[in-house]
Amino acid sequence: MRAMVLKEFRELRRDKRTLAMLIGLPLMLLIIFGFAANFTVDTLEVAVAGSDADQVEQLVASNPQAEDELDIVATEPGEGEAWARDQLADDHADLAVVTGDGLADDSGGTPLVLIDGSNLFAAQAANVVVAGLGDQVDHEVLYNPDLTTSWVMVPALIGLILTFIGTLITSIGLVRERESGTLEQLAVMPFSSTAVILGKITPYFLLACVDMVIVTVLGMWVFDVPFNGSVVAFVLGAGIFLFAVLGIGVLISTVSQNTGQAVQVAMMTLLPQVLLSGMIFPLDAMAAGVRWIGYLFPLTWFTKISQGVMLRDASWEYLALPLGILVVMACVFFGLAVLRLRRSISPARSHTPQVEGAADGVEAR
Amino acid sequence: MTALVGGDGAGKTTLLRALLGRVPLDGGSVSVPDLRRVGYQPATSGVWPALSVDENVEFVGRAYGMSGAEVRRRRDTLLGAAGLDAAGDRLGRELSGGMRQKLGFCLAMLHEPEVLLLDEPSTGVDPVSRVELWKLVADASTAGAAVAMTTTYLDEAERAATVVALDAGHVLAAGDPAAVRDAVPGCVTTSATRPPGERTWRRGTAFHTWHPEHPEHPEHPVHPRHAKAAGGGTPHGTVIEPDLEDALIALTLARTAARPEQREEAVA
Repeated sequence: MRAMVLKEFRELRRDKRTLAMLIGLPLMLLIIFGFAANFTVDTLEVAVAGSDADQVEQLVASNPQAEDELDIVATEPGEGEAWARDQLADDHADLAVVTGDGLADDSGGTPLVLIDGSNLFAAQAANVVVAGLGDQVDHEVLYNPDLTTSWVMVPALIGLILTFIGTLITSIGLVRERESGTLEQLAVMPFSSTAVILGKITPYFLLACVDMVIVTVLGMWVFDVPFNGSVVAFVLGAGIFLFAVLGIGVLISTVSQNTGQAVQVAMMTLLPQVLLSGMIFPLDAMAAGVRWIGYLFPLTWFTKISQGVMLRDASWEYLALPLGILVVMACVFFGLAVLRLRRSISPARSHTPQVEGAADGVEAR
Repeated sequence: MTALVGGDGAGKTTLLRALLGRVPLDGGSVSVPDLRRVGYQPATSGVWPALSVDENVEFVGRAYGMSGAEVRRRRDTLLGAAGLDAAGDRLGRELSGGMRQKLGFCLAMLHEPEVLLLDEPSTGVDPVSRVELWKLVADASTAGAAVAMTTTYLDEAERAATVVALDAGHVLAAGDPAAVRDAVPGCVTTSATRPPGERTWRRGTAFHTWHPEHPEHPEHPVHPRHAKAAGGGTPHGTVIEPDLEDALIALTLARTAARPEQREEAVA
């Protein structure tokens, strides 16, 4: 049995990926669950509109507890309810307060608190604050009035499924070609390297598109998830996002020799994406360092787009940032992936011819 | 038809890959027609495991821009000759090793290439399938294709017009099989018991030994054929005319003998 244990340790020592997983995974889980796993949003971002906006700001500033919980990010005495709604739609604030002449005429002068229901945990915290104010204010939960979890989860889930297909399935499909030795065969067939790469990736791109439509329609049909925004923005975001995750998938396949390795690496990129993208734990509630790791993942930005478009009908102004970041990510990941894949299938470049005999000086003739 | 022979790690596959432009050249030059006119069978057979036999053929045919009718014609000819015509619906991964190698060969041959590069097409193939495979290779060669194949079976290499014997990336000898056999320095002897020394290998029940110099004339390496003509009996057995397998082993030993630092490795 000792021989068996020794052999196992020897094999393990040479399996760098498993070793990395053994050391990296506990560390990663510790960081994630220590710093990121937090459902409680401590500070709510508030936008205030209407003629009494300044008074509200002073009121908050004079109350230590309120000052702790509320962070007034915008005060616009000249604006009204429409502005306040825009602030929530574009995720500038978690709740908005409309006061004085900013209110609609039939409101009777009671300040109105609008809460962004698409930000589930912030909305729950905001509900507690509003409940404490009793009859002093009217309140309305926008976008997700019943704070249904599935409404928030389904848009994020679409991104997760696209990530799954793009990263895991694509890398397996590509690495299988390497494993069976047929990638070498493709390389010497009369295909351009572009044709091989596109021919290999297009089916997965199409499959992911079909899956995206199915999940979106099913989500809307089974869970009554609304689709309030622009279909064009959603499709555009999903398309760019898909290029980014396909790029990651292809990259994984170029550093893997077999399916097992590809699955291992893909899982190591999927797990942190699921946990740090904001789809489960709110980004606002994470420690800054961990949140910034989250910002490095495409899923984080696609979730912002899908939730923004489907639930809040977010403006193009808001969508520009996540879209732009996804474009950069898609260019980097996909570009790197294509370069690496191309290098593995295009003809070798000759070395500079060496001085004859230099390479085999010791050879006996 | 050229056979590339040599032990494991001799550089046979690397040479084929260099011909395909898949590895950079350290020196020399490669002149191979456009890849469209080259057929290549990798050592892994080059069969797509999740495609059926017919789908494999169809895919390769399309890749080379063949018409549907042409693909069908070639399919019937090649799969018929390979005894695979009844297996059209079977998946690549369900084929036996021999069948898969034969299909790999048919795929490499499908577009009637001018140059056919085969990497160990017969390794792991049963003797009956090897006969069939060889008939296919011979037919292609007769039809005018230039064939270069790597093999570890020296009896196969005897049938090639040219044999290139390789060891550790160096050409030990090249030419027709007789020329390669003649290139062995010293002589090879056979005996019923193991003689002392490290330059002995088993062939069947006999022991063959390579001697850097002819035992009777140490100062003059003698061609074994002449030695035999002289009736050369030696203390270690009878001088024989080496076959290709003996020749390859003797040539490899001769190369290692000249490079003492490699001797240990070769003996191990």
